[in-house]
Amino acid sequence: MPHDPNTTLDQWAEQSDYKWGFVTDIDTDTLPPGLNEEVIRIISARKGEPEWMLEWRLGAFAKWKDMVEPEWAHWPDHDWRPIDYQAISYYSAPKRDEDRPKSLDEVDPILLETYEKLGIPLEERAALAGVAVDAVFDSVSVATTFRDKLAEAGVIFCPFSEAVQKHPELVKKYLGKVVSRTDNFFAALNAAVFTDGSFVYIPKGVRCPMELSTYFRINQMNTGQFERTLIVADEGAYVSYLEGCTAPQRDENQLHAAVVELVAMEDAEIKYSTIQNWYPGDENGVGGIYNFVTKRGLCSGDRSHISWTQVETGSAMTWKYPSCILKGDDSIGEFYSVALTNNYQQADTGTKMIHVGKRTHSNIVSKGISAGKGHNTYRGLVKILPGSTDSRNYTQCDSMLMGDECGAHTFPVIEVENCTAQVEHEASTTKIGEDQIFYCNQRGISSEDAVSMIVNGFCREVFAELPMEFAVEAKALLAVSLEDSVG
Amino acid sequence: MSLLEIKNLHASVEGIEILKGLSLTIDPGQVHSIMGPNGSGKSTLSRVIAGEETYKITEGSVLLNGKNLLDMNPEDRAREGIFLAFQYPVEIPGVSTKYFLRTAVNSIRAHRDLDELDAYGFLKLVKEKAAWVQLDPALLDRPVNEGFSGGEKKRAEIFQMAMLEPTMCILDESDSGLDIDALRIVANGVNQQRSPERGFLVITHYQRLLEYIVPDVVHVLLDGRIVRSGGKELALELEEKGYSWIEQEVAAGA
Ligand SMILES: Nc1ncnc2c1ncn2[C@@H]1O[C@H](COP(=O)(O)OP(=O)(O)O)[C@@H](O)[C@H]1O
Ligand SMILES: [Mg+2]
Repeated sequence: MPHDPNTTLDQWAEQSDYKWGFVTDIDTDTLPPGLNEEVIRIISARKGEPEWMLEWRLGAFAKWKDMVEPEWAHWPDHDWRPIDYQAISYYSAPKRDEDRPKSLDEVDPILLETYEKLGIPLEERAALAGVAVDAVFDSVSVATTFRDKLAEAGVIFCPFSEAVQKHPELVKKYLGKVVSRTDNFFAALNAAVFTDGSFVYIPKGVRCPMELSTYFRINQMNTGQFERTLIVADEGAYVSYLEGCTAPQRDENQLHAAVVELVAMEDAEIKYSTIQNWYPGDENGVGGIYNFVTKRGLCSGDRSHISWTQVETGSAMTWKYPSCILKGDDSIGEFYSVALTNNYQQADTGTKMIHVGKRTHSNIVSKGISAGKGHNTYRGLVKILPGSTDSRNYTQCDSMLMGDECGAHTFPVIEVENCTAQVEHEASTTKIGEDQIFYCNQRGISSEDAVSMIVNGFCREVFAELPMEFAVEAKALLAVSLEDSVG
Repeated sequence: MSLLEIKNLHASVEGIEILKGLSLTIDPGQVHSIMGPNGSGKSTLSRVIAGEETYKITEGSVLLNGKNLLDMNPEDRAREGIFLAFQYPVEIPGVSTKYFLRTAVNSIRAHRDLDELDAYGFLKLVKEKAAWVQLDPALLDRPVNEGFSGGEKKRAEIFQMAMLEPTMCILDESDSGLDIDALRIVANGVNQQRSPERGFLVITHYQRLLEYIVPDVVHVLLDGRIVRSGGKELALELEEKGYSWIEQEVAAGA
């Protein structure tokens, strides 16, 4: 049913023959804007959730109402317009979602065409690379492949909503254990209204037979996107998870507040890689996505290992600190990041490494690239708790500036409460010089190629952490994102 | 047809005129040398030919094989055959020399309608040309010019020149800071590249280099103008009498 923005929730409910208890009859595309308990009940009912899930959401919502938006992120030059949370619609689904496709053949061809336009060769990718794909189109998962192969290995990889139905004991056990439902303003909002996301469980001793990949994108006007991802690697398990997204042009700011929780048990390893390319707004800073994400991993068991790699080129504003809690002894946390801001983009990103266990290691490599009027902030916390003996952190934080109107800022915080700790921090700022470009030009290399070569060189340590295919995409993405910033 | 033809070239930077009506013609196969005191405009001339945009051309023309260079951006000039061995080559952190050169070689080959060199062909060429200037190929896995010694930088420039096979080679003080052995190696690398089609413009402050790369014509550049041209003996005369001698002569003649 097409959505008329003037419809109130009551009218909408009326029109769609909506009555409590008959939720399965709702055949609608989008909820009208607004956020209240009713909306949350509708979302939960629409997903056929059990009572405990609804209660969990409502608990988060009750807290959220008393929370205030964080203002501490460093966003110079941006006329921050407060988000009107009542102007956002909190649920939308593709038209024919009832018969959710079991394979790609059943996917709406128009949808596949859209993926194609976005340069996401879903079929190819799935078929050739042997990658399982759980594509989220707006709020409902529409395609999931390679389930059988994963099932054979005992791996669970499914939409979050399905996990709630089929694996409630696992979801209950781990949901909100790393990022509590009231952790922060946006995490609480997500907990209240999240519509879908991914759930991954790798059983004991299993090495996931393929890289798991998810594409997210925002499609409908004014529809906030609230994904929730939970990945659990049981003892000795290994998984590499890829998250990437592109979004079409938009004129209005859109809110994206995702939550990702990772749990690694004894000897388990999780590699989480992201390419984030939400619509950044136009060259005048109009439009673009607000990307306020909470990502946190718990190295729960001894010798567990969590590694975050991210390439952030999109969004008007980014607020994101993928972190690790190194609880198990000898556990390892890593953060590799490339963040690029161009035009009026603002990124405030970094990581927190909380050393709890003994002999824990963390490694941080952050590469910030600022062009145009973009601002890039690294914000990091390395905390070594009193019981964490012989632990180590190495942080390398490099900034690259293109032009005179952009900025790079770093706010590293180091809190060491154990004198056996070794903490190292290195930082540098470089500028792509005209003389470097000219030197390349003189060797027959165009300015665009020169910039992408220099930028890719700058980011090489991070790209080295990405799976091959992803690294190729990431390089292309950086080149495209910087296309107009060369004179 | 001449290879490089510069006529009445005027160039300024920040409103100050540096080249004040310079003319110069180089034929294929010739080696010309430009000598002159510091600040006379030697590097400016080389950068103007290469197309650096900081310099404003107010008058004059520069033709390469009859084509107007001043209408072209720097990369197209390079693709047309201009090569400049820089006096101070810049460092490009994070970009390996091999990768950089392969990109350069292939963009120039594309311009000449040649197929891309594959990895094997490229490495073969690298090995061959690196030997010309006794450059350790291991150096080429390092970022462009980063951590290279002064001498390595100069040799790397001549090596790059050999890789790109330009038609018009400009060397800006490729001898500065080199001891006699290194100087010989650089000169030898240049001489290997001499051919009936190729032209050289060798910019130097001292005549020492010209003992090894023997020029057909020597020009003296003074305050943005060529004030004297002659054979290789002019370089010797300059060495003997110093630049002040020329300055006085010019002043007296004016
Ligand atoms: N980019 C520039 N900005 C300002 N002045 C310059 C620039 N390039 C050259 N000059 C000036 O032009 C003159 C000639 O410099 P240059 O060509 O480097 O001389 P040479 O190479 O013969 O020593 C000098 O006075 C120098 O200061
Ligand atoms: Mg000079």
